[in-house]
Amino acid sequence: MSDVIPTPPKPVYKRVQIPEQLPEVRIHNFNEVSLGYSQEQAVREARRCLQCKKATCVSGCPVGIDIPGFVGAIADGNLRRAITIVKRNNLLPAICGRVCPQSRQCQAQCVLGGKGAPVGIGNLEHFIADWERIEGGIKLPAIAPATGKKVAVVGSGPGGLTVAADCAQLGHRVTVFEALHKLGGVLVYGIPEFRLPKAVLDAEVDVLASMGVEFRTDALIGAILSVKELQEQYDAVYLGLGAGLPYFLGIPGENLAGVYSANEYLTRSNLMKAYLFPEYDTPIRRGTNVAVVGGGNVAMDSARIAVRLGAEHVFLIYRRSREEMPARREEIEHAIQEGVDCQLLRNPTRIIGDGHGNVAALSIVKMELGEPDASGRRKPIPIEGSEYQIEVDVVVPAIGNGANPLLTKSTPGLELNKWGYIVADPNTGATSMKGVFAGGDIVRGAATVILAMGDGRVASRAIHEYLGSR
Amino acid sequence: MYYSIVEKTETAPNTSLIKVEAPAVANKAQPGQFIVVMVDERSERIPYTLSDWSIEDGTITFVVNEVGRSTGKLVSREEGDSLYSVVGPLGIPPKIDKVGTVVCAGGCFGIAAILPLARAFKKAGNRVISIIEARACYLLYLERELRKASDELVIATGDGSRGMRGFAPDVIKMLIERGERLDQVIALGCTFMLKLVCDATRAAGIKTLVDLCPIIVDATGMCGCCRVEVGGETKFACVDGPFFDGHKVDWDVLGFRKAAYVRQETDSVQFSKVGVKR
Repeated sequence: MSDVIPTPPKPVYKRVQIPEQLPEVRIHNFNEVSLGYSQEQAVREARRCLQCKKATCVSGCPVGIDIPGFVGAIADGNLRRAITIVKRNNLLPAICGRVCPQSRQCQAQCVLGGKGAPVGIGNLEHFIADWERIEGGIKLPAIAPATGKKVAVVGSGPGGLTVAADCAQLGHRVTVFEALHKLGGVLVYGIPEFRLPKAVLDAEVDVLASMGVEFRTDALIGAILSVKELQEQYDAVYLGLGAGLPYFLGIPGENLAGVYSANEYLTRSNLMKAYLFPEYDTPIRRGTNVAVVGGGNVAMDSARIAVRLGAEHVFLIYRRSREEMPARREEIEHAIQEGVDCQLLRNPTRIIGDGHGNVAALSIVKMELGEPDASGRRKPIPIEGSEYQIEVDVVVPAIGNGANPLLTKSTPGLELNKWGYIVADPNTGATSMKGVFAGGDIVRGAATVILAMGDGRVASRAIHEYLGSR
Repeated sequence: MYYSIVEKTETAPNTSLIKVEAPAVANKAQPGQFIVVMVDERSERIPYTLSDWSIEDGTITFVVNEVGRSTGKLVSREEGDSLYSVVGPLGIPPKIDKVGTVVCAGGCFGIAAILPLARAFKKAGNRVISIIEARACYLLYLERELRKASDELVIATGDGSRGMRGFAPDVIKMLIERGERLDQVIALGCTFMLKLVCDATRAAGIKTLVDLCPIIVDATGMCGCCRVEVGGETKFACVDGPFFDGHKVDWDVLGFRKAAYVRQETDSVQFSKVGVKR
């Protein structure tokens, strides 16, 4: 491969734009927006990398991927070597390449960021993972000899899958318990098909299954087995329960029909495929005017689903300004390209019904930014007398979620903090119960896919150590 | 996972009793708990209250009223067929204490759902009066089992074709007039019946628990679809319920939330029968 493309002059081409479905096309389908780099494009992009001796990008990666290493291998056209390097630290690269907030992690640290555009590390990870799956053929990682130890993983989201992959690789026998009928946790119910095709997820899960990981769906821990029973039947337990009950705005009218938590809106659409109703049985209200409240990735996903479900007007209502939006830059840009109407410095005050229990309108107040608050962001303050109404028939609060009470309530001896999250040692994931580890949203509150994976990685090491000491 | 149907009986018109292999659920089931069923990969996730289970056989039993697409799909399955997904047991089981005299009232699917509750309350040392209601006698079922499980079984039909003319609330009024001291009422059935039962017990100050059965999706405390208003607060039926103090329930909220997809339900049934999309 490397003899085909000559070594490039350095430095720095213009950043290679990733090909995407055009907005006017993609708003009518649920297919992936990004079409991915061709090999030629990926090599060109990879050659922009300066191969810094002190690679700052790596320090921005929660799982510590050798970024210059794999990018350099792509630049040399050595794709097998590139994917091998990535997989040393991350067994789920096709997912991370698509959903990590690179603009705030690795790419934020890239030296080229100061000189225009950082290297498209996420796009390259996406490319190399797809290359392996589609062309190269997935190679199973080397698996250590069986230790005879059994590990139970509760939850098949990004954290649980990471623990399963790591522990299986270390020779432990892993069983993953998933409460829903499909594997993947937030990757399947939360992240839409147009950002993460389910075929990509399924392929990554298949790799784990071929590594000997046993998956049990419909298996709600707390209902069919208690944590204590898992503790008795397995040598170690990892709790990656994920998101809990959604937060609502706490304003009048939130129980009207047509008000969906983002969790419900996404679950209906992504997991239950309500966008294919009536071929699929689960319905969803296809609003004409939809208001999504929030500024994170979940809010962007909800707004873009509303667009694809055929809404004429989708409002994205956020109480701060665009700079403070926690969503990935790319998702905000995509949403705007797709016609989402960002109403910034606005906050809903009341949802108004039609007299028959359905949403009819949303009352909104304008905000201004005051002094920075505890999060370091400037605190939004309502402007008195600025209230107005918009006509909407669907409202989707996407403002985060609390702890899931189902398992924790039924587990005496498991220490929780005042918000109901599991207390876990940040260096090991260890909880107050012997041999029980935890990570991801159930420890951190709402976080990201990659942070959950990072927690899984930390816990796997601790679990391995714990099992070795027994 | 194979959840094969080991028994299916049409106990009354449009009402089928289904027994499914689900040992993990049977192992942990308690009276008043529910399961979530998907018939195939395209199904909705529909909750059904358990009416019986057997740890030895590894089976669970529940009753399905055929009302729409998902329930229609389920009752079209035969013995030997497998269901795609069964999750449970879910919900906080109601407390079974010795309180004195307990009324278990059931209508529709609730006739089956009160059976394990009646048994449990009786076992705990209570005097159990079970009430079952239907529009007409041909819609009644499980009479013998309920009679055996209770100290007294009172039947009410809307047309008077069997038992007392009227419905469960009329029976409760009759019991109060008869001088019965009712310490607790627990009711399962359609929203309308639950509301009327609560109206009947409110004046007498009888503690009344109702199984609200809202629409659910994940049923594990993640999506928030099942929210109900009880005592002015929003509660999530799948993890806080499904049983609540009936005298504090906001019935309007429950009513319109349960009716949120009536139009889609019609479209879905029409699509499944004649393949026409609206």
